[in-house]
Amino acid sequence: MGNLQFDDVSLRFSGGARPAVNRVTCQVNSGEIVVILGPSGCGKTTLLKMVNRLYEPTGGNIFLDGVNIRHLKATTLRQQIGYVIQQSGLFPHMTVAENVAVVPKLLKWPKPQIQARIDELLALVKLPPGEFRDRYPAQLSGGQQQRVGIARALAGNPGIMLMDEPFGAIDAITRTALQDEILRLQSQLQKTILFVSHDVEEALRLADRILVMGQGEVVQFDTPFNLLTRPANNFVYNLLGADDMVRQLGLLRVASAMMALPPNYSNGHNPTLSHRDSLRDALSLILRTGAPALTVLEDGDPVGLLTLDHIRQSTVVGNGR
Amino acid sequence: MSYLISTPGDVLTLLLQHLRMTGIALGIAIALAVPIALLVTRVRWLAVPVMGGLGILYTIPSLALIIFLVPLFGLNATSVIVAMVLYTQVILVRNLTVGLAGINPAVLEAARGMGMSVSQRWWRVQVPLVLPVFLAGVRIAAIVAIAIATIGAKFNAGGLGKLLFDGIQTNRYDKIVAGAIAVAALALVINGLLLALEHYAQPQRRSQPGQ
Repeated sequence: MGNLQFDDVSLRFSGGARPAVNRVTCQVNSGEIVVILGPSGCGKTTLLKMVNRLYEPTGGNIFLDGVNIRHLKATTLRQQIGYVIQQSGLFPHMTVAENVAVVPKLLKWPKPQIQARIDELLALVKLPPGEFRDRYPAQLSGGQQQRVGIARALAGNPGIMLMDEPFGAIDAITRTALQDEILRLQSQLQKTILFVSHDVEEALRLADRILVMGQGEVVQFDTPFNLLTRPANNFVYNLLGADDMVRQLGLLRVASAMMALPPNYSNGHNPTLSHRDSLRDALSLILRTGAPALTVLEDGDPVGLLTLDHIRQSTVVGNGR
Repeated sequence: MSYLISTPGDVLTLLLQHLRMTGIALGIAIALAVPIALLVTRVRWLAVPVMGGLGILYTIPSLALIIFLVPLFGLNATSVIVAMVLYTQVILVRNLTVGLAGINPAVLEAARGMGMSVSQRWWRVQVPLVLPVFLAGVRIAAIVAIAIATIGAKFNAGGLGKLLFDGIQTNRYDKIVAGAIAVAALALVINGLLLALEHYAQPQRRSQPGQ
Protein backbone atom coordinates (compact mmCIF):
# COMPACT_ATOMS: atom_id res chain seq x y z
CA MET A 1 0.00 0.00 0.00
CA GLY A 2 1.18 3.48 -0.79
CA ASN A 3 2.68 3.14 -4.24
CA LEU A 4 2.59 6.50 -5.99
CA GLN A 5 3.12 7.22 -9.65
CA PHE A 6 3.37 10.57 -11.43
CA ASP A 7 2.75 10.31 -15.14
CA ASP A 8 3.68 13.41 -17.14
CA VAL A 9 2.13 15.69 -14.47
CA SER A 10 1.98 19.42 -15.15
CA LEU A 11 0.27 22.35 -13.53
CA ARG A 12 0.12 25.81 -14.99
CA PHE A 13 -1.65 28.37 -12.79
CA SER A 14 -3.78 30.77 -14.77
CA GLY A 15 -1.65 33.80 -15.52
CA GLY A 16 1.61 31.97 -14.74
CA ALA A 17 4.46 32.69 -17.13
CA ARG A 18 5.73 29.12 -16.95
CA PRO A 19 4.16 25.96 -15.52
CA ALA A 20 4.61 25.65 -11.76
CA VAL A 21 5.16 21.94 -12.34
CA ASN A 22 6.29 20.79 -15.76
CA ARG A 23 5.92 17.22 -17.03
CA VAL A 24 6.95 15.32 -13.94
CA THR A 25 7.14 11.58 -14.35
CA CYS A 26 8.39 9.46 -11.50
CA GLN A 27 7.54 6.58 -9.26
CA VAL A 28 7.57 6.52 -5.46
CA ASN A 29 7.71 3.03 -4.05
CA SER A 30 5.71 1.74 -1.15
CA GLY A 31 7.42 2.29 2.21
CA GLU A 32 9.93 4.77 0.82
CA ILE A 33 10.78 8.23 2.17
CA VAL A 34 11.15 10.58 -0.77
CA VAL A 35 12.18 14.14 -0.03
CA ILE A 36 11.28 16.73 -2.65
CA LEU A 37 14.11 19.23 -2.46
CA GLY A 38 14.58 22.52 -4.21
CA PRO A 39 14.75 26.29 -3.83
CA SER A 40 11.58 28.30 -3.14
CA GLY A 41 9.31 28.58 -6.13
CA CYS A 42 10.60 25.38 -7.71
CA GLY A 43 7.18 23.73 -7.59
CA LYS A 44 7.88 21.23 -4.82
CA THR A 45 4.86 22.11 -2.67
CA THR A 46 2.66 22.33 -5.77
CA LEU A 47 3.71 18.82 -6.76
CA LEU A 48 2.93 17.56 -3.25
CA LYS A 49 -0.50 19.17 -3.12
CA MET A 50 -1.54 17.56 -6.36
CA VAL A 51 -1.30 14.19 -4.62
CA ASN A 52 -4.19 15.02 -2.27
CA ARG A 53 -5.85 17.14 -4.93
CA LEU A 54 -5.53 20.45 -3.15
CA TYR A 55 -4.34 21.36 -6.64
CA GLU A 56 -5.58 19.66 -9.78
CA PRO A 57 -2.98 19.00 -12.46
CA THR A 58 -3.60 20.71 -15.78
CA GLY A 59 -1.87 17.81 -17.53
CA GLY A 60 -0.97 14.21 -16.82
CA ASN A 61 -2.18 11.79 -14.16
CA ILE A 62 -1.29 10.62 -10.69
CA PHE A 63 -1.88 7.03 -9.63
CA LEU A 64 -2.14 5.86 -6.03
CA ASP A 65 -1.76 2.08 -5.82
CA GLY A 66 -2.61 1.94 -9.51
CA VAL A 67 -5.81 3.97 -9.20
CA ASN A 68 -6.02 7.29 -11.02
CA ILE A 69 -6.76 9.74 -8.21
CA ARG A 70 -9.01 11.76 -10.51
CA HIS A 71 -11.45 8.87 -10.31
CA LEU A 72 -11.71 9.10 -6.51
CA LYS A 73 -13.85 11.53 -4.57
CA ALA A 74 -11.49 14.23 -3.31
CA THR A 75 -12.61 13.89 0.33
CA THR A 76 -12.32 10.08 0.20
CA LEU A 77 -8.83 10.35 -1.29
CA ARG A 78 -7.71 12.85 1.35
CA GLN A 79 -9.00 10.72 4.21
CA GLN A 80 -6.65 7.97 2.99
CA ILE A 81 -3.63 10.27 2.97
CA GLY A 82 -1.86 11.62 6.03
CA TYR A 83 -1.17 15.34 5.72
CA VAL A 84 1.28 17.31 7.85
CA ILE A 85 1.95 20.98 7.17
CA GLN A 86 4.21 23.70 8.46
CA GLN A 87 2.95 25.41 11.64
CA SER A 88 1.11 22.11 12.26
CA GLY A 89 -2.30 23.56 11.32
CA LEU A 90 -3.80 22.07 14.48
CA PHE A 91 -7.39 23.08 15.17
CA PRO A 92 -7.01 25.61 18.01
CA HIS A 93 -10.52 25.01 19.38
CA MET A 94 -10.01 21.25 19.75
CA THR A 95 -8.00 19.40 22.38
CA VAL A 96 -5.06 17.25 21.38
CA ALA A 97 -7.31 14.18 21.53
CA GLU A 98 -10.00 15.83 19.39
CA ASN A 99 -7.42 16.89 16.84
CA VAL A 100 -6.10 13.35 16.53
CA ALA A 101 -9.65 12.01 16.28
CA VAL A 102 -10.63 14.12 13.26
CA VAL A 103 -9.97 11.63 10.48
CA PRO A 104 -11.18 8.54 12.39
CA LYS A 105 -14.42 10.46 13.02
CA LEU A 106 -14.71 11.33 9.33
CA LEU A 107 -14.16 7.64 8.61
CA LYS A 108 -16.95 6.89 11.13
CA TRP A 109 -14.91 4.56 13.32
CA PRO A 110 -16.70 3.34 16.47
CA LYS A 111 -16.02 5.50 19.52
CA PRO A 112 -14.02 3.01 21.63
CA GLN A 113 -11.75 2.35 18.67
CA ILE A 114 -11.13 6.09 18.22
CA GLN A 115 -10.32 6.51 21.92
CA ALA A 116 -7.88 3.60 21.81
CA ARG A 117 -6.31 4.99 18.65
CA ILE A 118 -5.74 8.40 20.27
CA ASP A 119 -3.85 6.87 23.20
CA GLU A 120 -1.89 4.58 20.90
CA LEU A 121 -0.78 7.44 18.64
CA LEU A 122 0.07 9.87 21.44
CA ALA A 123 2.24 7.20 23.00
CA LEU A 124 3.82 6.58 19.61
CA VAL A 125 4.86 10.23 19.23
CA LYS A 126 6.01 10.28 22.87
CA LEU A 127 3.34 12.56 24.32
CA PRO A 128 2.01 10.67 27.37
CA PRO A 129 -1.79 10.56 26.77
CA GLY A 130 -2.62 11.16 30.42
CA GLU A 131 -0.80 14.47 30.33
CA PHE A 132 -1.54 15.68 26.81
CA ARG A 133 -4.97 14.36 25.75
CA ASP A 134 -6.98 17.29 27.09
CA ARG A 135 -4.58 20.12 26.35
CA TYR A 136 -5.23 22.71 23.69
CA PRO A 137 -2.66 23.40 20.93
CA ALA A 138 -1.90 26.84 22.38
CA GLN A 139 -0.63 25.09 25.50
CA LEU A 140 2.01 23.10 23.59
CA SER A 141 5.50 24.01 22.38
CA GLY A 142 6.16 24.10 18.63
CA GLY A 143 7.79 20.68 18.69
CA GLN A 144 4.92 19.17 20.68
CA GLN A 145 2.40 20.69 18.28
CA GLN A 146 4.17 19.10 15.36
CA ARG A 147 4.18 15.74 17.16
CA VAL A 148 0.42 16.06 17.51
CA GLY A 149 0.31 17.04 13.82
CA ILE A 150 2.11 13.80 12.95
CA ALA A 151 -0.15 11.73 15.22
CA ARG A 152 -3.20 13.35 13.65
CA ALA A 153 -1.93 12.56 10.15
CA LEU A 154 -1.34 8.92 11.13
CA ALA A 155 -4.73 8.52 12.81
CA GLY A 156 -6.67 7.08 9.88
CA ASN A 157 -3.84 4.61 9.26
CA PRO A 158 -3.01 5.97 5.80
CA GLY A 159 -0.61 4.15 3.49
CA ILE A 160 0.94 7.40 2.42
CA MET A 161 1.94 10.58 4.25
CA LEU A 162 2.45 14.00 2.70
CA MET A 163 4.63 16.32 4.76
CA ASP A 164 4.95 19.91 3.60
CA GLU A 165 8.03 21.44 5.28
CA PRO A 166 6.70 20.22 8.61
CA PHE A 167 9.76 21.26 10.61
CA GLY A 168 10.50 24.50 8.76
CA ALA A 169 9.51 26.78 11.62
CA ILE A 170 11.06 24.76 14.43
CA ASP A 171 14.38 25.41 16.16
CA ALA A 172 17.38 23.36 15.07
CA ILE A 173 17.62 21.07 18.10
CA THR A 174 13.93 20.20 18.14
CA ARG A 175 14.02 19.74 14.37
CA THR A 176 16.78 17.15 14.65
CA ALA A 177 14.81 15.34 17.35
CA LEU A 178 11.70 15.30 15.16
CA GLN A 179 13.69 14.05 12.18
CA ASP A 180 14.97 11.18 14.31
CA GLU A 181 11.38 10.59 15.34
CA ILE A 182 10.31 10.32 11.69
CA LEU A 183 13.04 7.78 11.02
CA ARG A 184 12.05 5.79 14.12
CA LEU A 185 8.35 5.88 13.21
CA GLN A 186 9.18 4.91 9.65
CA SER A 187 11.13 1.85 10.77
CA GLN A 188 8.03 0.80 12.76
CA LEU A 189 5.25 1.77 10.38
CA GLN A 190 6.67 1.55 6.84
CA LYS A 191 4.55 4.33 5.35
CA THR A 192 5.25 5.90 2.00
CA ILE A 193 6.36 9.41 2.88
CA LEU A 194 6.56 12.32 0.48
CA PHE A 195 8.36 15.11 2.31
CA VAL A 196 8.89 18.62 0.98
CA SER A 197 11.97 20.44 2.22
CA HIS A 198 14.34 23.19 1.23
CA ASP A 199 16.84 22.06 3.86
CA VAL A 200 19.58 19.95 2.30
CA GLU A 201 20.73 18.38 5.55
CA GLU A 202 17.18 17.39 6.39
CA ALA A 203 16.78 15.82 2.95
CA LEU A 204 20.02 13.89 3.22
CA ARG A 205 19.16 12.68 6.73
CA LEU A 206 15.66 11.49 6.00
CA ALA A 207 15.46 10.46 2.40
CA ASP A 208 15.73 7.05 0.85
CA ARG A 209 15.65 9.02 -2.37
CA ILE A 210 15.66 12.75 -3.07
CA LEU A 211 13.68 14.34 -5.88
CA VAL A 212 15.60 17.49 -6.76
CA MET A 213 13.40 20.07 -8.45
CA GLY A 214 14.21 23.33 -10.18
CA GLN A 215 11.85 25.58 -12.16
CA GLY A 216 9.03 23.06 -11.96
CA GLU A 217 11.02 20.18 -13.39
CA VAL A 218 12.70 17.14 -11.94
CA VAL A 219 16.43 17.74 -12.12
CA GLN A 220 17.55 14.49 -10.53
CA PHE A 221 15.83 11.72 -8.60
CA ASP A 222 18.23 9.45 -6.80
CA THR A 223 19.60 8.27 -3.49
CA PRO A 224 21.45 10.81 -1.30
CA PHE A 225 24.66 8.89 -1.92
CA ASN A 226 24.31 9.08 -5.69
CA LEU A 227 23.29 12.74 -5.62
CA LEU A 228 26.42 13.62 -3.67
CA THR A 229 28.77 11.41 -5.63
CA ARG A 230 27.20 11.73 -9.09
CA PRO A 231 25.27 15.02 -9.25
CA ALA A 232 23.53 15.41 -12.62
CA ASN A 233 24.69 18.99 -13.08
CA ASN A 234 26.06 22.05 -11.32
CA PHE A 235 22.61 22.97 -9.97
CA VAL A 236 22.46 19.74 -7.97
CA TYR A 237 26.14 19.98 -7.06
CA ASN A 238 25.73 23.48 -5.66
CA LEU A 239 22.35 22.82 -4.06
CA LEU A 240 23.74 19.90 -2.10
CA GLY A 241 26.97 21.66 -1.25
CA ALA A 242 28.78 18.64 -2.57
CA ASP A 243 32.18 20.32 -2.23
CA ASP A 244 32.22 20.16 1.57
CA MET A 245 33.65 16.70 2.15
CA VAL A 246 33.45 16.51 5.92
CA ARG A 247 29.85 17.66 5.86
CA GLN A 248 29.09 15.11 3.21
CA LEU A 249 30.55 12.36 5.36
CA GLY A 250 28.39 13.50 8.23
CA LEU A 251 25.28 13.11 6.11
CA LEU A 252 25.93 9.80 4.42
CA ARG A 253 24.98 6.67 6.21
CA VAL A 254 27.48 3.86 6.64
CA ALA A 255 25.11 1.50 4.88
CA SER A 256 25.47 3.47 1.63
CA ALA A 257 29.25 2.99 1.37
CA MET A 258 29.98 -0.38 3.01
CA MET A 259 30.77 -3.58 1.16
CA ALA A 260 28.89 -6.77 1.77
CA LEU A 261 30.43 -9.28 4.14
CA PRO A 262 32.89 -11.48 2.30
CA PRO A 263 31.93 -15.18 2.34
CA ASN A 264 34.96 -16.07 4.48
CA TYR A 265 34.18 -13.37 7.04
CA SER A 266 34.96 -14.37 10.58
CA ASN A 267 34.03 -12.25 13.50
CA GLY A 268 37.46 -10.66 13.98
CA HIS A 269 38.67 -7.85 16.16
CA ASN A 270 37.25 -5.00 14.06
CA PRO A 271 35.61 -2.15 15.89
CA THR A 272 31.88 -2.11 15.17
CA LEU A 273 29.29 0.54 14.41
CA SER A 274 25.66 0.65 13.34
CA HIS A 275 24.59 0.76 9.70
CA ARG A 276 22.71 3.96 10.54
CA ASP A 277 25.82 5.81 11.72
CA SER A 278 27.33 8.43 9.45
CA LEU A 279 30.53 8.01 7.46
CA ARG A 280 31.93 10.80 9.58
CA ASP A 281 31.45 8.61 12.67
CA ALA A 282 33.13 5.81 10.76
CA LEU A 283 36.10 7.97 9.79
CA SER A 284 36.45 9.15 13.34
CA LEU A 285 36.38 5.54 14.60
CA ILE A 286 39.05 4.46 12.09
CA LEU A 287 41.33 7.37 13.00
CA ARG A 288 40.81 6.80 16.70
CA THR A 289 41.38 3.04 16.75
CA GLY A 290 43.78 2.71 13.81
CA ALA A 291 41.85 -0.38 12.71
CA PRO A 292 42.06 -1.28 9.00
CA ALA A 293 38.35 -2.07 8.74
CA LEU A 294 35.12 -1.65 10.65
CA THR A 295 32.34 -4.21 11.00
CA VAL A 296 28.90 -2.78 10.34
CA LEU A 297 26.09 -4.11 12.51
CA GLU A 298 22.38 -4.13 11.92
CA ASP A 299 20.32 -5.09 14.96
CA GLY A 300 23.53 -6.50 16.47
CA ASP A 301 24.34 -8.77 13.52
CA PRO A 302 27.28 -8.05 11.21
CA VAL A 303 26.05 -7.02 7.75
CA GLY A 304 29.07 -5.40 6.08
CA LEU A 305 32.62 -4.13 6.21
CA LEU A 306 33.91 -0.59 5.83
CA THR A 307 37.47 0.57 5.17
CA LEU A 308 39.10 3.95 4.67
CA ASP A 309 39.03 3.24 0.92
CA HIS A 310 35.26 2.91 0.94
CA ILE A 311 34.97 6.26 2.66
CA ARG A 312 37.37 7.86 0.21
CA GLN A 313 35.50 6.43 -2.77
CA SER A 314 32.23 7.93 -1.59
CA THR A 315 33.76 11.40 -1.70
CA VAL A 316 36.14 11.19 -4.66
CA VAL A 317 33.55 10.67 -7.38
CA GLY A 318 31.73 13.91 -6.73
CA ASN A 319 34.97 15.82 -6.37
CA GLY A 320 36.10 14.90 -9.86
CA ARG A 321 33.88 17.49 -11.48
CA MET B 1 -35.47 54.70 42.67
CA SER B 2 -38.72 55.27 44.51
CA TYR B 3 -40.67 55.03 41.25
CA LEU B 4 -39.03 51.70 40.43
CA ILE B 5 -40.00 50.35 43.84
CA SER B 6 -43.52 51.77 43.96
CA THR B 7 -44.58 50.67 40.46
CA PRO B 8 -42.64 47.51 39.64
CA GLY B 9 -45.49 46.28 37.40
CA ASP B 10 -45.37 49.28 35.05
CA VAL B 11 -41.60 49.17 34.79
CA LEU B 12 -41.67 45.42 34.13
CA THR B 13 -44.16 45.88 31.26
CA LEU B 14 -41.95 48.54 29.69
CA LEU B 15 -38.86 46.39 30.25
CA LEU B 16 -40.49 43.47 28.46
CA GLN B 17 -41.46 45.77 25.55
CA HIS B 18 -37.87 46.95 25.40
CA LEU B 19 -36.49 43.41 25.46
CA ARG B 20 -38.98 42.26 22.84
CA MET B 21 -37.97 45.01 20.41
CA THR B 22 -34.28 44.38 21.00
CA GLY B 23 -34.70 40.62 20.66
CA ILE B 24 -36.68 40.78 17.42
CA ALA B 25 -34.29 43.33 15.92
CA LEU B 26 -31.19 41.29 16.85
CA GLY B 27 -32.74 38.09 15.52
CA ILE B 28 -33.50 39.66 12.14
CA ALA B 29 -30.13 41.47 12.11
CA ILE B 30 -28.18 38.23 12.69
CA ALA B 31 -30.24 36.38 10.09
CA LEU B 32 -29.35 39.11 7.58
CA ALA B 33 -25.74 39.65 8.59
CA VAL B 34 -24.62 36.01 8.23
CA PRO B 35 -25.47 35.68 4.52
CA ILE B 36 -24.19 39.20 3.79
CA ALA B 37 -20.87 38.45 5.52
CA LEU B 38 -20.55 35.13 3.67
CA LEU B 39 -21.25 36.85 0.37
CA VAL B 40 -18.70 39.57 1.08
CA THR B 41 -16.13 36.93 2.07
CA ARG B 42 -16.67 34.93 -1.13
CA VAL B 43 -17.07 37.83 -3.57
CA ARG B 44 -14.20 40.05 -2.57
CA TRP B 45 -15.02 43.10 -4.68
CA LEU B 46 -18.36 43.46 -2.88
CA ALA B 47 -16.59 44.15 0.42
CA VAL B 48 -15.85 47.84 -0.20
CA PRO B 49 -19.32 48.93 -1.45
CA VAL B 50 -21.22 46.83 1.11
CA MET B 51 -19.13 47.84 4.11
CA GLY B 52 -19.08 51.43 2.87
CA GLY B 53 -22.86 51.53 2.49
CA LEU B 54 -23.41 50.03 5.94
CA GLY B 55 -20.89 52.45 7.38
CA ILE B 56 -22.75 55.43 5.92
CA LEU B 57 -26.02 54.12 7.41
CA TYR B 58 -24.32 54.02 10.78
CA THR B 59 -23.42 57.71 10.59
CA ILE B 60 -27.07 58.81 10.25
CA PRO B 61 -28.38 59.85 13.68
CA SER B 62 -30.86 57.27 14.93
CA LEU B 63 -33.63 59.81 15.48
CA ALA B 64 -33.34 60.98 11.85
CA LEU B 65 -33.22 57.42 10.53
CA ILE B 66 -36.41 56.45 12.38
CA ILE B 67 -38.17 59.57 11.08
CA PHE B 68 -37.22 58.48 7.55
CA LEU B 69 -38.72 55.06 8.20
CA VAL B 70 -42.03 56.24 9.70
CA PRO B 71 -43.67 56.95 6.30
CA LEU B 72 -42.76 53.44 5.21
CA PHE B 73 -43.59 51.41 8.32
CA GLY B 74 -45.86 53.70 10.35
CA LEU B 75 -45.56 55.35 13.73
CA ASN B 76 -44.95 52.14 15.70
CA ALA B 77 -42.39 49.63 16.88
CA THR B 78 -41.80 48.33 13.33
CA SER B 79 -40.01 51.50 12.23
CA VAL B 80 -37.84 51.37 15.34
CA ILE B 81 -37.02 47.69 14.81
CA VAL B 82 -36.07 48.31 11.17
CA ALA B 83 -33.77 51.12 12.28
CA MET B 84 -32.15 48.83 14.86
CA VAL B 85 -31.61 46.16 12.21
CA LEU B 86 -29.99 48.66 9.83
CA TYR B 87 -27.76 50.07 12.55
CA THR B 88 -26.48 46.76 13.83
CA GLN B 89 -25.69 45.41 10.33
CA VAL B 90 -22.40 47.22 10.06
CA ILE B 91 -21.25 45.87 13.44
CA LEU B 92 -22.34 42.28 12.81
CA VAL B 93 -21.16 42.05 9.19
CA ARG B 94 -17.82 43.59 10.01
CA ASN B 95 -17.16 41.31 12.97
CA LEU B 96 -18.13 38.24 11.01
CA THR B 97 -16.00 39.08 7.95
CA VAL B 98 -13.03 40.06 10.10
CA GLY B 99 -13.49 36.87 12.14
CA LEU B 100 -13.65 34.68 9.04
CA ALA B 101 -10.63 36.39 7.50
CA GLY B 102 -8.77 35.96 10.78
CA ILE B 103 -8.86 32.17 10.76
CA ASN B 104 -5.33 30.87 10.21
CA PRO B 105 -5.17 29.68 6.57
CA ALA B 106 -3.01 26.73 7.68
CA VAL B 107 -5.93 25.52 9.81
CA LEU B 108 -8.33 25.68 6.87
CA GLU B 109 -5.82 23.97 4.61
CA ALA B 110 -5.35 21.21 7.16
CA ALA B 111 -9.13 20.75 7.33
CA ARG B 112 -9.34 20.48 3.55
CA GLY B 113 -6.27 18.26 3.30
CA MET B 114 -7.66 15.87 5.90
CA GLY B 115 -10.75 15.27 3.80
CA MET B 116 -13.45 17.42 5.41
CA SER B 117 -16.27 18.38 3.07
CA VAL B 118 -17.30 22.02 2.65
CA SER B 119 -20.08 21.70 5.23
CA GLN B 120 -17.87 19.79 7.68
CA ARG B 121 -15.24 22.51 7.40
CA TRP B 122 -17.93 25.13 8.02
CA TRP B 123 -19.56 23.52 11.06
CA ARG B 124 -16.55 21.84 12.67
CA VAL B 125 -13.85 24.44 12.02
CA GLN B 126 -15.04 27.82 10.77
CA VAL B 127 -18.12 28.25 12.98
CA PRO B 128 -16.43 27.35 16.28
CA LEU B 129 -13.43 29.55 15.44
CA VAL B 130 -15.45 32.57 14.34
CA LEU B 131 -18.07 32.29 17.07
CA PRO B 132 -16.22 34.24 19.79
CA VAL B 133 -15.52 37.15 17.42
CA PHE B 134 -19.09 37.07 16.14
CA LEU B 135 -20.50 37.01 19.67
CA ALA B 136 -18.40 40.05 20.52
CA GLY B 137 -20.15 41.77 17.60
CA VAL B 138 -23.55 40.59 18.82
CA ARG B 139 -22.79 42.04 22.24
CA ILE B 140 -21.94 45.48 20.86
CA ALA B 141 -24.94 45.31 18.53
CA ALA B 142 -27.19 44.44 21.48
CA ILE B 143 -26.02 47.51 23.41
CA VAL B 144 -26.60 49.73 20.36
CA ALA B 145 -30.04 48.16 19.89
CA ILE B 146 -30.97 48.77 23.54
CA ALA B 147 -29.98 52.42 23.13
CA ILE B 148 -32.04 52.88 19.96
CA ALA B 149 -35.01 51.11 21.51
CA THR B 150 -34.98 53.79 24.20
CA ILE B 151 -35.58 56.46 21.55
CA GLY B 152 -38.35 54.21 20.19
CA ALA B 153 -40.67 55.54 22.92
CA LYS B 154 -40.88 58.79 20.95
CA PHE B 155 -42.37 56.79 18.07
CA ASN B 156 -45.06 55.02 19.99
CA ALA B 157 -43.02 51.85 20.34
CA GLY B 158 -43.11 51.67 24.13
CA GLY B 159 -40.13 50.43 26.09
CA LEU B 160 -38.17 51.94 28.96
CA GLY B 161 -37.67 55.16 27.00
CA LYS B 162 -41.29 55.96 27.79
CA LEU B 163 -40.30 56.57 31.41
CA LEU B 164 -37.65 59.04 30.31
CA PHE B 165 -39.78 60.98 27.85
CA ASP B 166 -42.87 61.00 30.09
CA GLY B 167 -40.71 62.20 32.94
CA ILE B 168 -39.25 65.04 30.86
CA GLN B 169 -42.70 66.13 29.67
CA THR B 170 -44.28 66.08 33.13
CA ASN B 171 -41.24 67.19 35.11
CA ARG B 172 -41.23 63.89 37.01
CA TYR B 173 -37.59 63.45 37.99
CA ASP B 174 -38.36 60.17 39.73
CA LYS B 175 -39.54 58.76 36.39
CA ILE B 176 -36.46 60.04 34.56
CA VAL B 177 -34.13 58.52 37.15
CA ALA B 178 -36.09 55.27 37.14
CA GLY B 179 -35.92 55.06 33.34
CA ALA B 180 -32.21 55.84 33.23
CA ILE B 181 -31.41 53.28 35.90
CA ALA B 182 -33.54 50.63 34.22
CA VAL B 183 -31.97 51.14 30.76
CA ALA B 184 -28.46 51.18 32.18
CA ALA B 185 -29.12 48.06 34.24
CA LEU B 186 -30.57 46.29 31.21
CA ALA B 187 -27.55 47.18 29.08
CA LEU B 188 -25.17 46.01 31.80
CA VAL B 189 -26.97 42.72 32.35
CA ILE B 190 -27.20 41.89 28.62
CA ASN B 191 -23.55 42.83 28.18
CA GLY B 192 -22.59 40.56 31.06
CA LEU B 193 -24.63 37.62 29.76
CA LEU B 194 -23.21 37.88 26.25
CA LEU B 195 -19.69 38.28 27.61
CA ALA B 196 -20.15 35.04 29.54
CA LEU B 197 -21.38 33.35 26.37
CA GLU B 198 -18.35 34.63 24.46
CA HIS B 199 -16.08 33.26 27.14
CA TYR B 200 -17.85 29.92 27.01
CA ALA B 201 -17.40 29.73 23.22
CA GLN B 202 -13.62 29.84 23.58
CA PRO B 203 -12.57 26.64 25.32
CA GLN B 204 -8.97 27.08 24.18
CA ARG B 205 -8.64 30.33 26.11
CA ARG B 206 -10.71 29.22 29.06
CA SER B 207 -8.03 26.92 30.45
CA GLN B 208 -4.68 27.91 31.86
CA PRO B 209 -1.70 27.97 29.50
CA GLY B 210 0.52 24.99 30.18
CA GLN B 211 3.93 26.54 29.82
